[in-house]
Amino acid sequence: MPETPAVVPRSGIARFFNSMQLPVGDPFTLAGLIIYGFFFVMAVFAPLIAPYDPIEILYTSDYDLASDLFPGERGHILGTTSLGRDIFSQIVWGARSALLVGLTAAFMVAFIGSVVGLLAGYFGGWVDAVLMRLADIAFGIPFLPFVIVISAFFEPSIWNTVIAMALVLWRDTGRVIRSQVLSLRSRGYVEAARVSGSSDLKIILRHITPNILPLSFLYGSIAIGWAILTEASISFLGFGDPDAISWGFMLQDAFASQALARQAYHWFIPPGLAIILVVSAGFFISRGYEDLLFPKLGR
Amino acid sequence: MTEPLLSIRDLSIAYEVGALDVFAVSHATFDVPKGAIVGLVGESGCGKTTMARALTRIISDNARIAGGEMHFDGQDLVALSEPKMNALRWRDISFIPQSAMNSLDPVYRVEYQLLEVLRGRGGLTKRDAKKRAIELFEMVGIDAGRLRDFPHQFSGGMRQRVAIALALALNPKLVVADEPVTALDVIIQRQILDQLQYLQQQLGLSVIIVTHDISVVAYTCDRTVVMYAGKVVEDCDTATLLAAPLHPYTMGLKNAFPDLKSAGSGILTPIAGSPPDLVNPPSGCRFAARCPFVTDLCRAEDPPLVKKTAGHVVACHRSDEAEVLREQAKQPGTWEAGA
Amino acid sequence: MITPMIKLENAELHYKVGNAMSAMMGLPSTVKAVDGVTFSLNRGESVGLLGESGCGKTSLGRILVKLEKVTSGSARFDGDEIGQLKGENLRRFRARSQMIFQNPFDAVNPRYSIRKTLEEPLSNARIVRSEWNERVIASLELVGLGDPKQYLERFPHQLSGGQLQRVVMARALILEPDFVVADEPVSMLDVSVRAGVLNVFRDVRDRLGLTAIYISHDLALVRYVCERTIVMYLGRIMEDGPTEDIVHEPLHPYSQALVAAVPTPRTDQSHDPLPIGAGAPDPRNPPSGCVFRDRCPQAADRCAAEVPLPRPIGSRLVACHLAER
Repeated sequence: MPETPAVVPRSGIARFFNSMQLPVGDPFTLAGLIIYGFFFVMAVFAPLIAPYDPIEILYTSDYDLASDLFPGERGHILGTTSLGRDIFSQIVWGARSALLVGLTAAFMVAFIGSVVGLLAGYFGGWVDAVLMRLADIAFGIPFLPFVIVISAFFEPSIWNTVIAMALVLWRDTGRVIRSQVLSLRSRGYVEAARVSGSSDLKIILRHITPNILPLSFLYGSIAIGWAILTEASISFLGFGDPDAISWGFMLQDAFASQALARQAYHWFIPPGLAIILVVSAGFFISRGYEDLLFPKLGR
Repeated sequence: MTEPLLSIRDLSIAYEVGALDVFAVSHATFDVPKGAIVGLVGESGCGKTTMARALTRIISDNARIAGGEMHFDGQDLVALSEPKMNALRWRDISFIPQSAMNSLDPVYRVEYQLLEVLRGRGGLTKRDAKKRAIELFEMVGIDAGRLRDFPHQFSGGMRQRVAIALALALNPKLVVADEPVTALDVIIQRQILDQLQYLQQQLGLSVIIVTHDISVVAYTCDRTVVMYAGKVVEDCDTATLLAAPLHPYTMGLKNAFPDLKSAGSGILTPIAGSPPDLVNPPSGCRFAARCPFVTDLCRAEDPPLVKKTAGHVVACHRSDEAEVLREQAKQPGTWEAGA
Repeated sequence: MITPMIKLENAELHYKVGNAMSAMMGLPSTVKAVDGVTFSLNRGESVGLLGESGCGKTSLGRILVKLEKVTSGSARFDGDEIGQLKGENLRRFRARSQMIFQNPFDAVNPRYSIRKTLEEPLSNARIVRSEWNERVIASLELVGLGDPKQYLERFPHQLSGGQLQRVVMARALILEPDFVVADEPVSMLDVSVRAGVLNVFRDVRDRLGLTAIYISHDLALVRYVCERTIVMYLGRIMEDGPTEDIVHEPLHPYSQALVAAVPTPRTDQSHDPLPIGAGAPDPRNPPSGCVFRDRCPQAADRCAAEVPLPRPIGSRLVACHLAER
């Protein structure tokens, strides 16, 4: 068989990117990555991009409330809300909330799920039993109501939402990683490591974790979309953080101001579209990952 | 001499790898007589599996038959249209793939899988198909009462017998078996080989056994074709091949196999080196790099397959000196560092 | 008296299988992978564990490198009970007792370079880093990979099966162990490559004075490597003695079948049916008395009633009521 020389980068950073295996082949995935990139830039440079403070109530030069302005009027690209806030600025700053929530929650979900999966899969026995029962409980809890309850009991803040999500959403990741670890554990090189005297910790870190990381990333990327949607839902229902402008909050505001009746489409289409784009992008990226990790599923 | 059942002439099979064509099989020529068991032997990568698959024209999407002819029962399989080829599959030629024991569908009872072939491809009625299924199981030595079992309820060896039963379902003229006993324990291996020989005698079939194990070939096959790096290097009856081989590779192969019946435990002598890269095959003889008897001519010119005696062809420039070379080949020192 | 390197006494390894449902249905719930094995191995001896799938040879090998623990009976390494080794004693055991695995492509981490694979045992044994390079190169030379620089930075998929298996051996030998279990080390390699790897094994074993257990289902290979053979069937020992004796004059009916079944590269082999019944051994439901009796051509009533214990006949131990010299 002709042998292809493998090019495995030696430096740590390059290896990290390599192990993440960013899928760039598929056009949908590429679109997803571009959308993410776009919103990421928007979020990072929000103070520079947004013309106004999103919460600031604006007045016209005639000292009137700059409210209910349509897109284009008086230099407001997307118009203003009924309270006089600039919609474009809200979208831009909302990207920050969305991505903050999305990425943090996804990270926590992937982290908790992976650790649980690793411990349960590798050690088995009572560790496995206890952790999987916890997962069962997490499966049993209805997601949105739980998040609402947490937000209601503790003060509604963006961080509480994130924590509540992380407490429940790790369950899928945990289950899947555990299966993967179970199959890895019986691989020859893991047993060889045991016979060579490697400690359990060493085996977990050096042999097992690198092989489950792509799966963790996959589930993490799926979780981003869920997290953003959930945050939007929470905010829309009014349980969100009142100090943080998010797209859900914008929708809530639009609803409360009777946007549809007043045909003020510019109040809900921009945030709605933003949510759709980001969540879809997350989905496409996770599809691309899935194709990469499990190519046979596609045929 | 009667017409052989299968006649391969100058067959070449290429894989598309990127922009290149890699020839897994180059200009292969050999015959399979009617009612004989022929062994196709060689190490990994020599092209024997590709060759075996090509016989039923089930080769991968990126492979193609690049030249030559395969005459089977009066027809050229290379030129045959796909529908006509499909009509031949399983009915005239059947194929038992590697690890056939793992290719049974685990969610269907074994009887169902047999019936699928018998009715779908064979056109038998349900009643006739069931009768035939019982017959087949008896032929391969499995209790007919186990027809309703699922594959996982059988051991590896028994599943292999089921795979053989499936291959024989429609009474083919030729069965091609790819490494039929490689993954099996030695007692089961022997029993399966015995079964194959028995069936071959009873039904008058021809069988091609593809393997890398010369002992299997010695036990089972009337004739043997030795392949190396995509080429046929020797082809004759098994007894002569083992007693008086003409090609240095065959001479070397014999030394690499332990012989239980020999007096002491002996020494096993591997052939140093490994087969050439087929992406860039050497211009002369492909075995030149590892051959202890290589000459400049060997490195320059690829030896053609010539008939030395009736029923014995070989591709070696020095085949006339075979007797002397054989003596040298028996010394382990000859094979130390290849050429 | 010198302590034998390995000593097993009535070692058993029983697994529980099935669940409450299958138990209710009366299906067997225990797999007796190893069912009462007794033997000793002295320093420098090479023993072949011969048998087919399901006979317990692999489980036994795993017990001896502490990948499994006996469920009853004793398994000692140099006097110490293997299953109870902990801490510093365990670390020392791991340096002295190693395993060579069956599938080279599975036995090494595909993401590790060969160098990294070989360094892992060194790191575990807390060898100083400055010695690593020298030792890694020495281990590759030991297994006949003559130009180590060529292999060290490569990855497993770039090596052939034979080369990779030598790397697996190098890794097992890098700490200069006293005892090695080779679990069918050549069964996944092409038959023409086996000779090379086997020769390396023999050579290394002689050079380092290793005590070795060679697990295989192929008597011809066992004969090439081991002067003593233990034939196993369904978790028990059937015959135990000098390999040449077993090959030329097998006393146990199972050994007789095994010897008759091994194919050789000759066209004059006997095609007589094997002296063994059809069917495959099922470790979940072994027959009572002698576990081989349902396939044995010589089975008598006594065989069903009484378990035959290995008893000395000439140079060997044979577990058969009917075997006589």
